[in-house]
Amino acid sequence: MTNLWHRLEPLLPQVSKPARYIGGEHGMQTPVHGPGIVSWLLTYPDTYEIGLPNQGLQILYEILNERPDAAAERAYAPWVDLEAQMRAEGLPLFSVDTHRPAALFDVIAFNLSAELTYTNVLNCIDLAGVPVHSRLRHEADPLIGAGGHCTYNPEPLADFVDFVVLGDGEEAVGDITEVLRDWKTSGRAGGRSGVLRALARVPGVYVPSMYEPVYDRGRLAAMEPRHPDVPAVVEKRTVADLAEWPYPKRQLVPLTEVVHDRLNVEVFRGCTRGCRFCQAGMITRPVRERPAEQVRTMVSEGLRRTGYDEVALTSLSTADFSGIEQVVASTVDDSGCGQVSVSLPSLRVDAFTVGIAAQIQRARRTGLTFAPEAGSWRMRQVINKLITEDDLYAAVESAYSQGWRRMKLYFLTGLPTETDEDTLGIAELARNCVALGRGHVRSPSVTVSVGGFVPKPFTPFQWFGQNTTVELRRKIGLLRDGVRRARGVQLKWHDAAASLAEGLASRGDRRLGGVIEHVWRHGGTFQEWSEHFDLQRWQAAADACGIDIDSWVHRHRTFDEVLPWDHLSAGLHKDFLWQDWRDALDEVGLEDCRWTPCYDCGACTGYGVEHVVASAVPPAGGSQGTGVDLSRGAEIPVRLLERPLVGAAR
Amino acid sequence: MTGTRIRVRFAKHGKVRFTSHRDVARIWERSLRRAAVPVVYSAGFSPRPKIAFGLALPTGYSSDAEYLDAEVDPAWAAGIDNERLVGALTASLPTGMTTLAAAEIASGEPSLQHAVTSCTWRIDAAGADATEASEAVSRAMDAGELLVQRERKGRLTIDDIRPAVHAVEVQANITDGVRLIAELATQPRAVRPAELLASLRPPPGGRAAGERFVPVPPSLLRACRLHQWITTDAGERREPLAVSELGERREPPAVSEASVVGAGVGP
Ligand code: SF4
Repeated sequence: MTNLWHRLEPLLPQVSKPARYIGGEHGMQTPVHGPGIVSWLLTYPDTYEIGLPNQGLQILYEILNERPDAAAERAYAPWVDLEAQMRAEGLPLFSVDTHRPAALFDVIAFNLSAELTYTNVLNCIDLAGVPVHSRLRHEADPLIGAGGHCTYNPEPLADFVDFVVLGDGEEAVGDITEVLRDWKTSGRAGGRSGVLRALARVPGVYVPSMYEPVYDRGRLAAMEPRHPDVPAVVEKRTVADLAEWPYPKRQLVPLTEVVHDRLNVEVFRGCTRGCRFCQAGMITRPVRERPAEQVRTMVSEGLRRTGYDEVALTSLSTADFSGIEQVVASTVDDSGCGQVSVSLPSLRVDAFTVGIAAQIQRARRTGLTFAPEAGSWRMRQVINKLITEDDLYAAVESAYSQGWRRMKLYFLTGLPTETDEDTLGIAELARNCVALGRGHVRSPSVTVSVGGFVPKPFTPFQWFGQNTTVELRRKIGLLRDGVRRARGVQLKWHDAAASLAEGLASRGDRRLGGVIEHVWRHGGTFQEWSEHFDLQRWQAAADACGIDIDSWVHRHRTFDEVLPWDHLSAGLHKDFLWQDWRDALDEVGLEDCRWTPCYDCGACTGYGVEHVVASAVPPAGGSQGTGVDLSRGAEIPVRLLERPLVGAAR
Repeated sequence: MTGTRIRVRFAKHGKVRFTSHRDVARIWERSLRRAAVPVVYSAGFSPRPKIAFGLALPTGYSSDAEYLDAEVDPAWAAGIDNERLVGALTASLPTGMTTLAAAEIASGEPSLQHAVTSCTWRIDAAGADATEASEAVSRAMDAGELLVQRERKGRLTIDDIRPAVHAVEVQANITDGVRLIAELATQPRAVRPAELLASLRPPPGGRAAGERFVPVPPSLLRACRLHQWITTDAGERREPLAVSELGERREPPAVSEASVVGAGVGP
């Protein structure tokens, strides 16, 4: 039976938000399956509302379906009410496109965007009717794959996934499809282990079962390839030119409400501002801009095709896009009568950026969001978020003077070397912003949102021992006291307990698989959802597996310690990261290498790629990271790929 | 800008019936933009397209009689052919949603929410027994009151829906169950098909007291709105937008063993 709809249909009136299981989105494909065609089930291990907008998944959906030898459908984790019904009725995980059983696909590929979804990955594999442990799978079982940012440390899932893709997936999925197609047409020569061995030779593909962990006195000592043809280090994939990949071309328009429900156009990939806490920035280097002309076409075509009235220009720092002003201006003009709104999800903190925001939010100026990330200049030098107080106040003042009334400021706490003075600096900044606002609007407000810092692999902070929940809660307490009597300041914070579980999964090695399985088996799904998260489940699981949370999460690592992801590469030299970590502790900032000399971090030099930046001129206004006053768009000669000046000493 | 008002009648069937009323509103906004229909926007800080939807259809039910009113650019409206518009709108709607009719309406025409007074429903209750159903319906129509429990703003209330139940016809020729054709009032508060079924009681002594005559879990209840009706001051009944050829398109009415209770069931 290849279509489960008639079995699903009677369950839907009994579950919440049934529309998330029906598919039928504008842009949906109904691919043909058959011999010689490799079928992929692209799965987001959280709810439809969160998973549908995922651009990575949508890009691969289109690229695969354009291939004559591939077919791709999508699946999302069913919410707990439907899951209970499915288990009671014996209904397996299904695709939303043609309601095909998950186990009929050749590959079930997960997008891993957040560590706390790992237990859902296990749940989805189980709901598919596939053995959760990769070693127990048979030849006819689908291959379980994974991609996305979390795969830079896939070890916690190593026992459950068959292969992992590092970096950009656009080209890798094609290579993998070819390996699987040949394997299928050869009558599955060599069996499951044969195809896994072949996959391990594809650049960017990591097959965990091909590596043997070696432990020494309770610590990981090495990850050894089991065969000579398996690479000792797996390098990430990098798409050199975004212009060749104008995807999604037909973005899916859902029938029901989802997050980020708008047209999304990626204007560039990568970021070189070098914020030391930011894994996304580090692992996606170098910067590759989409040509402005292509951005314009994708926006106008996309709006016409989808019927959306909002477009987001996405990247890690959209104000840095060369010629952002012109692109925004033309989008606003093309869209006609101001009925289309443009959003820039990642605003830089400076007055120039506010100017762009003013251009796009002509009518409705409700709130603006900035991310200074830390409360003192000292702390911001440590994390290399080089925003001066003047930058922030200028941005905030400019926003209030142009009619905005509400600011949202994002901060991290629990950062390396953070003192109580640094923490309390957050409260002071917020109070000062409100005071500035009083000069312009009535009852200005500032919402401070504070997250507990979780160190991530392939960042300079990967050696840092995360703050304990007790310490994080103490800092939140300090801040609550700090803003208690401050009118107009609201404080929001993330649950420190969730940060602990996230930290455990972020830097754990293969032995963490037991913990994840234990949490899942004891009902711990949807751990991203506070109503389903319970730290005690994680603690009980760690106890059961003999894992000392303290040593895994809160301990500082040393340079010579083998890290669980040392056999993988995001392109960054380990000694570059270590030097950057030392610089952080010395409170030394590092400028943006787009407009200043290269530090030879490895992201370009190692792969023979370079930044694709349309303009040799840094964006006006952003003093962040460039170390000079760029308020009028000063020209700095660009020198790319030059041998390191600063980096030579490293 | 004040636009020309157009009224659209559409159907909702199949998978897409699991979308909510709010979802349908969003689907229409986007479909109208995809079809390049120049809908007029409201003024103010957050301009919205001027589209008004009629009575909400409960999530999961299908319909041959959903309506919306949209204000469009008068210059555009002057040059548009209704039949072409119906085709263009259907082409931009998701599978399962079909435009059945579209026409300009007078600017003074009351809104759908106010004008519509009742709906005709087709209700399929799988597993129900025809004889029992007919008796239960007779008893209900003869009763002075029909009490149902409802939730309003988080509080439980007991309402009498008898005055709102205009007519119920029982048809027994569907496989494994009973089909009801019911006309239920929408004013002051719309009666839902599920509420009608909940109000039907078993014969005295026939089943345990309080038990419903058909053990229908919500998943086995399927309902389709066939018509919405506007009753004029003169007592005449008409549809907000008639679809002349709709009668042929729909499945033929079942007749055998049908027991008609009450009067005034729609065509
Ligand atoms: S290799 Fe050089 S230019 Fe490229 S991202 Fe690293 S530091 Fe920047």
